[in-house]
Amino acid sequence: MLTYFQRLGVISLAMLERLGRASVFLMRILQHIPAVLLRFRLLISQIYSVGVLSFSLILLSGLFVGMVLGLQGYYTLSDFGAAESLGVVVAASLVRELGPVVAALLFAGRAGSALTAEIGLMKATEQLSGMEMMAVDPVARIITPRFLSGVISMPLLASVFSAVGIIGGYFIGVGMLGIDEGAYWSQMQAKIDFHEDIMNGLIKSVVFGVVVTWIAVFEGYDAIPTSEGVSLATTRTVVHSAFAILIIDFILTALMFGDI
Amino acid sequence: MIKSVLTNNNTLIKIRDVHFSRGSKEIFKGIDMDIQRGKVTAIMGPSGTGKTTLLKLIGGQLKPSRGTVELDGQNIHQLKNKSLYQLRKKMGMLFQSGALLTDISVFDNVAFPLREHTNLPESMIRSLVLMKLHAVGLRGARDLMPSELSGGMARRVALARAIALDPMMIMYDEPFTGQDPISMGVLVQLIRLLNDALGLTSIVVSHDVRETTAIADFVYLVSGGKVVGSGTPEQLAESDSEWAQQFLQGMPDGPVPFHYAAAPYTQDLIGL
Repeated sequence: MLTYFQRLGVISLAMLERLGRASVFLMRILQHIPAVLLRFRLLISQIYSVGVLSFSLILLSGLFVGMVLGLQGYYTLSDFGAAESLGVVVAASLVRELGPVVAALLFAGRAGSALTAEIGLMKATEQLSGMEMMAVDPVARIITPRFLSGVISMPLLASVFSAVGIIGGYFIGVGMLGIDEGAYWSQMQAKIDFHEDIMNGLIKSVVFGVVVTWIAVFEGYDAIPTSEGVSLATTRTVVHSAFAILIIDFILTALMFGDI
Repeated sequence: MIKSVLTNNNTLIKIRDVHFSRGSKEIFKGIDMDIQRGKVTAIMGPSGTGKTTLLKLIGGQLKPSRGTVELDGQNIHQLKNKSLYQLRKKMGMLFQSGALLTDISVFDNVAFPLREHTNLPESMIRSLVLMKLHAVGLRGARDLMPSELSGGMARRVALARAIALDPMMIMYDEPFTGQDPISMGVLVQLIRLLNDALGLTSIVVSHDVRETTAIADFVYLVSGGKVVGSGTPEQLAESDSEWAQQFLQGMPDGPVPFHYAAAPYTQDLIGL
C-alpha cells in the first residue's frame, strides 16, 4: 500500500516537473513572438506547412460532418414537426462545438504530430544543437514561428470547418430532403448570434490553437533524441492534445453558455 | 602531467578542475586542459569517455557541476545568454552527423549563419558561400539537398558552414568516424589546411589514432573522467604509460580490460 502511494507521488512529481518545464518553455516562446512577427516570410512559410497543408483534411471532414448533422438533425426534428429549423441546429452545433473541437482534434492529428516529429527529428539529428552553436536560438528561429503559425491557423481552419459543414447540411437538408431553402438560411440568420455563438466558437478555437501547438512543439523539443523517443513524443502529442481539447472545451462551454 | 603549456599566455581555452555528471554517472572527475591558439589540439579516448560532452561544455551547451572553462579570458558558464550567443559567433563546431538543416539546400545551409547574423546583400552572401564551398571542394554541389550528399560530403558542407562567419576556433566532433579512406584523407587535409590558412584554433575529438595524430600539434588522452596523458604525438608514442600504449596501439587487453567487470567465470558457469 505504501509502495502504491510512493509511486503515485513519484508520478505526480514527475508530471508537475514536466508541466513546469513546459510553462517555462511557453514563456520563452512568448518572449520571441514580437521578433518573429517582424520576420514575416518565416511565419508565412510555417503557416503554409501547418495551416494550408491541413486545409484539404479540414474541408473534407467539415463537409461530411455537416452532412451527417443534416441527416441526424432532420430525422430528430421532423418527429416534432420542426424540420425547417435544421439550419439553426446544424449551424449552432458547428459554430459552437463541432467546428472548434473537431477541427482542433484533426489539427492535432495532422499538424500537431507533424510538428512534434519534425522538431524531435531535428533534435535527434543535432540540428537544434548545431543552431545553438551557430549562435542562433532554436526557440526563436524554429519553435516560435511554428507555434505562432498554429495559433493563427487554428481559428481559420475551425471557421472553414464550420462554413463547409453548414454547406454540407444544406446539401442534405435542402438538396436531398426537401427542406425549404429560405427557412434553412433565414432561421439560421435569425437565431445564430454573432457574439454568443460565433465569437465564443472563435475564442474556443484560439484557445485550442494555443494548447495544441504548445503541446506539439514542447513534446518535440523535449523528446528523447532517438527514433523511439520521437515516436513516443508524437503519440503523446495526439493523446494529450485530444484530452486537453475535450477538457478545456467542457470548461469553456460551462463558462460561456452554462449557468454553472 | 599538465605540461608547461599551462603557463603559456598563448592559451585560448583554459579548462580547470571540471567535474560533470549525468544522473548518477560521473563523466568528468576534475579535468585540466589548455588549448593553444593557432594549434590543432586533439582530445582522444575510448568511446563513452565524454569527449563530445567536453566540446558541449566548451561551447556552453552544458554546465559543469564544478570547475571553470575560460575562452579568451571569459568564463563561459558565467556569461549571460546574450553574451554567450555573441561568443558562439566566434566558434565553429562540426558535429559528428554534420547537423545540416535537412529542408534547405547546401547553399542555403552555408548561407544560414550569414543571413542570421549579418545584413550583407544577397550578392555578397552568394560570393562568400561559394568561397567557403570552394575551400572544401564542393562549390559544384551548392544546389544539392543534404539528403543527396554522402557522409563525407555532408561533413565538408558542415565545415564550410562552420567557417562561414570566420570564427577564431573550430571544434570537430569525431570528424573521421564512418568515412571511406578518400573522404577521411580529404577531411584530415582540410582540418590542417583550414587551421593554418585561416589562423584558426582547432580542437579535434576523435578515437581514430592514425588520422588524428597525423595532424595534431598536441594531444590529450582522456579516460575514466580524467586526463591520463598529454603531449605531442611523438611524446605520447614514446610514453611509458601502459594506458597510452594500449590506446595508441589498439591492444585488446591492458589497463582497459577486455572483459567487462563480472563475477568469476567458473562461478558463473557452475552457478555457485
